[in-house]
Amino acid sequence: MLKRVHLKDDHLEYRLIRRRLVIAAVFILVLMVTLLVRLFVLQVVDYEHFSTLADSNRVRIIALPPARGLIFDRNGVVMAKNLPAYRLEIIREQVDDIEDTLTRLKQYVDYSDQDLKRYRQSSKRRRPFESIPLRLNLNDDELARLAVNLHKFNGVEINARLARNYPLGSLGVHALGYVSRINLEELSQVNEINYAGTSHIGKLGVEKFYEDELHGTVGVQQVEVNAKGRTLRVLSEKAPIPGSNLHLTIDSKLQMVAEKAFGDYNGSVVAIDPNNGEILALVSMPTFDPNLFVNGISVKDYASLRDSPDRPLFNRALSGQYPPGSTVKPFYGLAGLETGTVSKAQKLFCGGYYLLPDEERKFRDWKKEGHGSVNLDDAITQSCDIYFYDLSYRMGIDKISTFMEQFGFGQKTGIDSPGEKGGLMPSREWKLATQSMPWFPGETLNTGIGQGAFLVTSLQLTNSTAALSQKGTRYRPRLVRAIESPDSEQLRETEIIEAGQYKLIKDSNWQHILKSMKNVVHGVRGTAYPISWGLKYTAAGKTGTAQVYGVAQDEEYDEETVAEKLRDHALFISFAPADEPRIAVAVIVEHGSHGGSVAAPIARKIMDAYLLGQS
Amino acid sequence: MNQDFDNETISYTRRILDGLRVDPVLLLLLGLLSVFGVMLLYSASGSNIDLMMRQITRLAMALLFLVVVANIPTRILKKAAVWLYLAGILLLLGVMFYGEVGKGAQRWLDLGIIRFQPSEILKLAVPMMVASYLADRVLPVGWKELIVSVILVMIPVFLITRQPDLGTAILVGSAGFFVLFLAGVRWKIMLSLGFLFSLMAPLLWKFVLLDYQRGRILTLLNPESDPLGSGYHIIQSKIAIGSGGVYGKGWLNGTQSQLDFIPERSTDFIFAVFGEEFGFFGSILLIFLYLVIIYRGLYIAAHARENFGRLLAGALSLTFFVYLFVNIGMVAGLLPVVGVPLPLISYGGTSMVTLMMGFGLIMSIRSAKRYLG
Repeated sequence: MLKRVHLKDDHLEYRLIRRRLVIAAVFILVLMVTLLVRLFVLQVVDYEHFSTLADSNRVRIIALPPARGLIFDRNGVVMAKNLPAYRLEIIREQVDDIEDTLTRLKQYVDYSDQDLKRYRQSSKRRRPFESIPLRLNLNDDELARLAVNLHKFNGVEINARLARNYPLGSLGVHALGYVSRINLEELSQVNEINYAGTSHIGKLGVEKFYEDELHGTVGVQQVEVNAKGRTLRVLSEKAPIPGSNLHLTIDSKLQMVAEKAFGDYNGSVVAIDPNNGEILALVSMPTFDPNLFVNGISVKDYASLRDSPDRPLFNRALSGQYPPGSTVKPFYGLAGLETGTVSKAQKLFCGGYYLLPDEERKFRDWKKEGHGSVNLDDAITQSCDIYFYDLSYRMGIDKISTFMEQFGFGQKTGIDSPGEKGGLMPSREWKLATQSMPWFPGETLNTGIGQGAFLVTSLQLTNSTAALSQKGTRYRPRLVRAIESPDSEQLRETEIIEAGQYKLIKDSNWQHILKSMKNVVHGVRGTAYPISWGLKYTAAGKTGTAQVYGVAQDEEYDEETVAEKLRDHALFISFAPADEPRIAVAVIVEHGSHGGSVAAPIARKIMDAYLLGQS
Repeated sequence: MNQDFDNETISYTRRILDGLRVDPVLLLLLGLLSVFGVMLLYSASGSNIDLMMRQITRLAMALLFLVVVANIPTRILKKAAVWLYLAGILLLLGVMFYGEVGKGAQRWLDLGIIRFQPSEILKLAVPMMVASYLADRVLPVGWKELIVSVILVMIPVFLITRQPDLGTAILVGSAGFFVLFLAGVRWKIMLSLGFLFSLMAPLLWKFVLLDYQRGRILTLLNPESDPLGSGYHIIQSKIAIGSGGVYGKGWLNGTQSQLDFIPERSTDFIFAVFGEEFGFFGSILLIFLYLVIIYRGLYIAAHARENFGRLLAGALSLTFFVYLFVNIGMVAGLLPVVGVPLPLISYGGTSMVTLMMGFGLIMSIRSAKRYLG
């Protein structure tokens, strides 16, 4: 078969290229005509339309910020809403001399240096003809004065906008958080287009964590304005989509009871429904009024909050880390039984101190004279330290930390709120990693009574207590029960998430601990016995004291002589009704000295209010 | 006598231009366009003399490059093509790893004295490479040549898309494919390639295009969907062009332009300023001027002596058209917003130099015909 041989034929190729060039030329002509047709349509056919748009009456594109979602408590009480508020806004393009305008405005309305600074910051990145707020929340006097004199100012507007309002004031602020003016850094982290027109953003708590749900979607309005910038008519509008409403797990009544129960003490308490992780109350005392932050807190107000020795801005419930003290003893007791380190009947003599082999240091009991001969039940009920020194020493730190981690110690709970601290469950690995030091047996003893490096937050302690009440099933705590999107009007319930599960080896071990915890409250020798008077349900609990002030060996802690800020923290964990728990709490009272007499009554008030509905 | 004098002057000028190996027709047209451009830039920049002077300096520099390139013999250009191409690819890789980020995209390479975008080199190197590869092969191109050429084009296109610079990628890609088109790839193949491409489009959409590039295409389809973001550009530029009407608002009198409603008005969106101030008549004139330049390029291609010159001059002229079409198309809301300047008018140095060098190549090809023919 003949193979076709291709020879280079310059003439043929020349004709080919030429043909292609002609085709290209025709093609170009067609496309150019298309362009011209397009321009003809824009410039001749639709001239009137575009001309109106561009004429001395100009089109402005205005971002319509969406209304932020409302926040309700679990019973539908409004905790965060939006109120109309008047703002002084400036459209830079319409102001001839901005400095002069700012100076003259000062005669009619007072704005702070901070307002001015924010104004300048925001105007650096604005779209043309966007109005930038100078002052928020004008009061009636200012509004009246400005309205009368507004004609003297080109490009200055008074606009009604929605402003966040917290009708319950400081109640639940550490759960709720607050919104405040958005700053450049935050703006760079969100979808800038969706935030065009939005001036506030969630800074803390639920307001921050659920920012995306609460914010909604920006709307757009094309309006025609005259040369002075006044709107003549709306050309088109796409309404904003409001943010979703949040239904909290918090019960605002219970929250109020809990906050009041603290009196003048500082501290925190978290109450959880152990069956699903819903947070019923989350208290950090003292509190502050979030409304202060919405309209730009004054430097003075902020300084007084920031510099207060009581640290009201500090969220103790999530970020305050304290030694758990004796509140961990029921957990250790369970660990001891489950690992076979101790038995229920086994007794130990408590003479007020404990000695490690080959060590001279005396590990003391909180009760100088000791508790005498104690079994596990006595040790929990009376909170004997010596028993737990011995238990933990025999169990060893590795088994302890492994067991405790299964109840959530040393880990963040994963609550739907920012800023949570994870506490610290000491372990051999932790010490080696952070201090490059081996573990000493003495540290096991300290860990064994919830001291030493061991740290918890009250949220974590509550959640671990809830897990204990559920025989080891631990849920991720939640502040939001349901999200209600504006279009569907349907409540989307947040998921119940199981965060961990400890599998009991023997149910009777757990029953034994439960009995001891009931004895703490109801037993005559129980450390929280006083709160059982008149109690209409059975409660299980455990008191604790966390050392703030190191007591040297052979020295005695005398609360009379110790200044208040050095007094021990008082703790109490509890759940009730003991046999079918519906609420679990952990109370930490800073410098409260005694778990039984200071922290336990707070827990009782909360449980009474929740279980019996009395306040 | 007067007549004689004129004739003498003309022939004298002609001799100089010929001596410089410069095409007087193209030079005149380009000069006209540049003068036009500088005037427009003055208006678009808000009567900024400094900016205008900088543009004039660049123009002068670009013209110098044009003359230099025009004086390189075509056969040397053909031999240099492969080295230029390789150097361009290496520099692109260099940008990828060591490049400077400007405006969110990694395009610039800092060589101490000057910063430049290596992707600009490829605008010339790719058509030169493909043209020199195909020039000595039998035309119309066979499968093997086709595949090699496609690979030669796609490597730089891919690298440039990742920078990300969709506009330049389109220009480089079309320059390469125009050479193939002129070299006579069969219609059947081109149609099936087009078909294949449209099949692959969803994949490109998903894996090659970046979020913002996808956004721009979506914005084009429905600018109202995003009037606060990139839709704003298109809305405002359409208003500017449309409000220009038949005769325009006059030089320096465009309200949209002068009041800063048009974004990027001295660079990519400068045609919106033109449309507003010179109207539909002005647009016809400008587009006609561009057409004449393109047809002059195609004419030179058609009369070139060798395949290399024919293919290269043709492809360069066609690419020049793509610049024009994509830019005006995007400003008029016909095409998505990609960063392609209005050739020889938009403010900015690199593209101006590349374009003028491109015309230098065309002029060198023209001279090759005259001097070797």
